[in-house]
Amino acid sequence: MFAFCSDPATLPQWQWMACYLTTGSHFALYRSVLVVLLLLALAAPLALGMGFLGALAVRSGNLLLKSIGTIYVSMVRGVPDIIFFLFVPFAIDQGVEYARHRILCPDWDQPVRQGNDFIVCAAAKMPLATDPLWVHNVWGFSLALFAFALVFGAFAANTLNGAMNAVPRAQLETGEAYGMTRRQTFRRILLPQMWVYALPGLSNLWMILTKATPLLFLLGIQDVVFWARELGGQKTGHYEYTHPDWRVWYFLGVLVFYLTLTWVSQRGFDRLMRKLNHGQATAGGEAQRKAAI
Amino acid sequence: MSVDFATCAESFHGLILRSLGRDFGDRLLPRGLEINVCDQVFLIASGLVWNVYLAALALFFGFFLATAIALAKSSETRWLRSPAEAFVFIFRGSPLFVQFFFVYEALVLLPRAGIEIGPITLDTQWMTRAWAGALFVLFLNTSAYTAEIFHGALKSVPKGDLEAADAYGLTGWTKFRRVTWPTMLRLAWPSYTNEAIFLLHATTLVFFSAFPAWQQMGDALYYANYFAAQTFNPFIAYPIVGLYFVLMTLVLIGGFGVVNRRLNRHLPRAARARLRFRPHYIR
Repeated sequence: MFAFCSDPATLPQWQWMACYLTTGSHFALYRSVLVVLLLLALAAPLALGMGFLGALAVRSGNLLLKSIGTIYVSMVRGVPDIIFFLFVPFAIDQGVEYARHRILCPDWDQPVRQGNDFIVCAAAKMPLATDPLWVHNVWGFSLALFAFALVFGAFAANTLNGAMNAVPRAQLETGEAYGMTRRQTFRRILLPQMWVYALPGLSNLWMILTKATPLLFLLGIQDVVFWARELGGQKTGHYEYTHPDWRVWYFLGVLVFYLTLTWVSQRGFDRLMRKLNHGQATAGGEAQRKAAI
Repeated sequence: MSVDFATCAESFHGLILRSLGRDFGDRLLPRGLEINVCDQVFLIASGLVWNVYLAALALFFGFFLATAIALAKSSETRWLRSPAEAFVFIFRGSPLFVQFFFVYEALVLLPRAGIEIGPITLDTQWMTRAWAGALFVLFLNTSAYTAEIFHGALKSVPKGDLEAADAYGLTGWTKFRRVTWPTMLRLAWPSYTNEAIFLLHATTLVFFSAFPAWQQMGDALYYANYFAAQTFNPFIAYPIVGLYFVLMTLVLIGGFGVVNRRLNRHLPRAARARLRFRPHYIR
């Protein structure tokens, strides 16, 4: 990166460090931070959307929808989330390949499962063996993203359902008294008011989502944990930059990264909560009103 | 996939204690086409020993540290409060997964030959093993989460209870032991039950993070993952381990419910019913 980096072995301390931290593989580490942030940015709205649908299903009058919603919401209770993170991408991958196999190769006569092998025709592979590397990466990332959205959607469904139940009954009755239909009451009264009740739960959920992102490593994605292990390991004479085992320092860095992330999020949520409480008939809103007088 | 009674009994004998080590069953785990459903059921069950061991000890020791930290956090003295706040922030603010890696790498750096203190040499190798190292991390982690729960409960101890204690002339340690502490536990118990469940679930992370499974001695999820990889079929092993965890969670809720009833045995029956535990979904 810098002009003086041509021969690292002869460099003084700080210049060596500057060169070391700007090698190609370190830029991969810095990019992997963006991968983590990208996952957060995509998983949060997806989970919220799934949660919203889940909450609507749980509250639905339709018995079938209601039971699907209830099963979805309660499946995460009692089972560690990491089992879902391992199971869901694996299962979806096989499911998609099986579906493509049935559609694309109808004249294939051998069974898909032979002993311990899962064999589909070459055209049904997902992604295709001939696809470029980035397609494989995007596919792997999408599977991970879906697993996160599914698990955290179930968490969010529970939070949102609780928040919808927390909106005072009198507010909804007022809507009905004005002659609004169920749908109108939901959209005009319940929906705007539920957020203040949902926010503590959702902020908690965001924190847990943040702290679950290192599990990306288990799904074979090159995230910060992967690069910290890769770069921190002892580098002997074969490498341009030799150093002893520095993994503990790299993981300290990862630890600080996550602490910063949760700390900044906490500050953000505190501000948002103050805003949402403004003018609400809750203890928080009341405290704001009194303070303003 | 033929499963007859004879091979099932063999699986049971060979695998039910396998997670304790090679000497407690088959030396080699079943591989490839040898694997049948009984193998999966019993080997995954044997791995539960690790989950129970890690969760039970971390919970037990964590309970005391958490009480101490909660008290320090509520303390008026700054040099007691700040370290407690920092401890809770660090362990609640960062992922447990990364904590495992960090502590493991730190323990690995300890001199291999041991630390010499005067004439005796302190062996350090055992600390990098999961039974000690991972237990240590889980202990600190659950202490931080529990301390936050206990701290919240301490702040909510009714003023009247404390005034009544003063009126009886109780002070210091006696007042804490007889009034503050039991009330704190009573208030914190539903949340503490949750924390225990999450801790039990968190034990599945141990062998997926830095800690290697030595001689293929691993927890339930380690074996489930092993089978899923060997048979290339996730639809048997993962549901089995999921079912085991549902059962263990129910047992845990039952056990904590017994303690909860004992803590609240002085209350009238109607008030007791209101304290029913409602499981949370998130930590």
